[in-house]
Amino acid sequence: MQHFILLLSYLIGSISFIIGLKMLSHPDTARKGNLYAAVGMTIAILATIFLYTDENGNHLGNYLWIFGGLIIGTVVGTMIAKKVQMTAMPQMVSLFNGMGGACAAIISIVEFRHFIHKQENPSTNLIEDAMNAIAGVLHPHATATHANDKLILLTILLGLVIGTVSFFGSMIAFGKLNGNINDKTLAGQQVINIGLLLIVIVLIVAILTGFIGISITALFWTLFVIAALYGILFVMPIGGADMPVVISLLNSFTGVAAAFGGFLYSNPVMLTGGILVGSAGTILTMLMCKAMNRSLTNVIVGAFGGNAAASGISADAGGAFKEISLSDSAVLMAYSKKVVIVPGYGLAVAQAQHICHELEKLLEEKGVEVCYAIHPVAGRMPGHMNVLLAEADVPYEKLKEMEEINPEFAQTDVVLILGANDVVNPAAKTDPASPIYGMPILEVENASHVIVNKRSMKPGYAGIENMLFFQPKTSMLFGDAKKVLQDLVSELKSM
Amino acid sequence: MEQIIQFFSDNYNMVTIVILSIFLGIEVIGRVPSVLHTPLMSGANAIHGVVIIGAIIVMGQAAPDNYLAIILGFLAVILGTLNVVGGFVVTDRMLEMFSKKKQKK
Repeated sequence: MQHFILLLSYLIGSISFIIGLKMLSHPDTARKGNLYAAVGMTIAILATIFLYTDENGNHLGNYLWIFGGLIIGTVVGTMIAKKVQMTAMPQMVSLFNGMGGACAAIISIVEFRHFIHKQENPSTNLIEDAMNAIAGVLHPHATATHANDKLILLTILLGLVIGTVSFFGSMIAFGKLNGNINDKTLAGQQVINIGLLLIVIVLIVAILTGFIGISITALFWTLFVIAALYGILFVMPIGGADMPVVISLLNSFTGVAAAFGGFLYSNPVMLTGGILVGSAGTILTMLMCKAMNRSLTNVIVGAFGGNAAASGISADAGGAFKEISLSDSAVLMAYSKKVVIVPGYGLAVAQAQHICHELEKLLEEKGVEVCYAIHPVAGRMPGHMNVLLAEADVPYEKLKEMEEINPEFAQTDVVLILGANDVVNPAAKTDPASPIYGMPILEVENASHVIVNKRSMKPGYAGIENMLFFQPKTSMLFGDAKKVLQDLVSELKSM
Repeated sequence: MEQIIQFFSDNYNMVTIVILSIFLGIEVIGRVPSVLHTPLMSGANAIHGVVIIGAIIVMGQAAPDNYLAIILGFLAVILGTLNVVGGFVVTDRMLEMFSKKKQKK
């Protein structure tokens, strides 16, 4: 009966994940979907704690430790998640993703020790063996057949490798987005990465077949180190607009790692949850790549930031740029018919979303039509700008997606670019040598005037010069986005 | 070959679950407005926190004198919980902004 309730809870958990994910992909139901998934997860966790039994019918022990861990994790997790700024969301997703990866890796480590222990102390009791074999139908990890042993070992190893790569990769991604780590490319990075992957495969084969005469425990730890190294080196050279893609990819990695855990324990909810995230995450990664018109291999092998400097256009090719004063900008916008605001990461960093909304309202009062042009990868993550502007109560209808807004630029008087750069770089259309060539962009150069607010002339995240800044119709308005917008608002108010 | 057949018939249910889940994941995501990419990624991130169940099993089965297993299991439970709780709370915070705006309208 207990086992039945446990399985029923797992079924409820699996269904809640599916419905939750489905609802998460529609704006109206998204929040409820998240809640459903959370409830399903809670049911599955509680059922595991109280109802799970091993093949001999023993319940789980160590309740003090389990609840201690759950409480610590809940308190800390809630605190971090509540405290974090909206701009730091991408880092947070990466951080929590890393935690899941580490969890999967630790499970593999413990299960590996368990496995070795079992191998060294084989059961001599025939009846026990028979019992295990029967129990094995329900719990395949208990069967003593040789082939199944190898399979369990393979599952453990794959869980370890993927979990470890996911953890270390996520930590590097977190550090990069947080600004603690810079893009670094070693000479021959690709060769090293492929080499590491080959070593991983060789080590797995070696552990499974024992063709290298070293103890498999030593090989296991070597595998762990190599996987960690790969995780670090894999993310290290990737920079710029590609970070969200990497996080999404690592997200699906962790899903797969969780699914291996599901195999190990023949646990249906881990299996469905993990695989769902694995496949949904992969599709999401593809969608993001598509938004940037790049292939996944291109993202991983291309190493955006690193070798971009060589192929990008050099600064002197562009020549001079002109600056515009605050009052001139204010006048220009106030007497326009249509203003399009292009928000970018600069807006997010400066926390200028509220003041931006105020500017928009002021302009509307003056009879100017204002809307926002949202590039699919504006900011550091797709949807980043939408979340940010929604926080400042900007109406949903004012946020226009790229395909919708691009034809409208020709009728636009002023485009105000707030800390965006690569997403408006015309080199993506015109310069085949540019590393961002082929990425769809916001065609702001079709508007009558372009005002670019940036902190300096420094290139954007992709590390390349933007020809747009040197065009005659473009004016630069230097300064922190928040400060500049505040000044613009007071200029407009005094007009 | 025999081993593969053996594996397949032993784990037929699991193989089915895996393959159907893969298609389900693709189907469910299908066409998502890019507005929801970040919350969706975050929500999916919370869901793979289901790995916590493995951590709980590891923890619950650790022998009282196996300190290493206890420490590792404890750590895994904390990390898994962080993933689950943090993931869901962050997602909720992101989505809260969409609904807050809706009510005002």
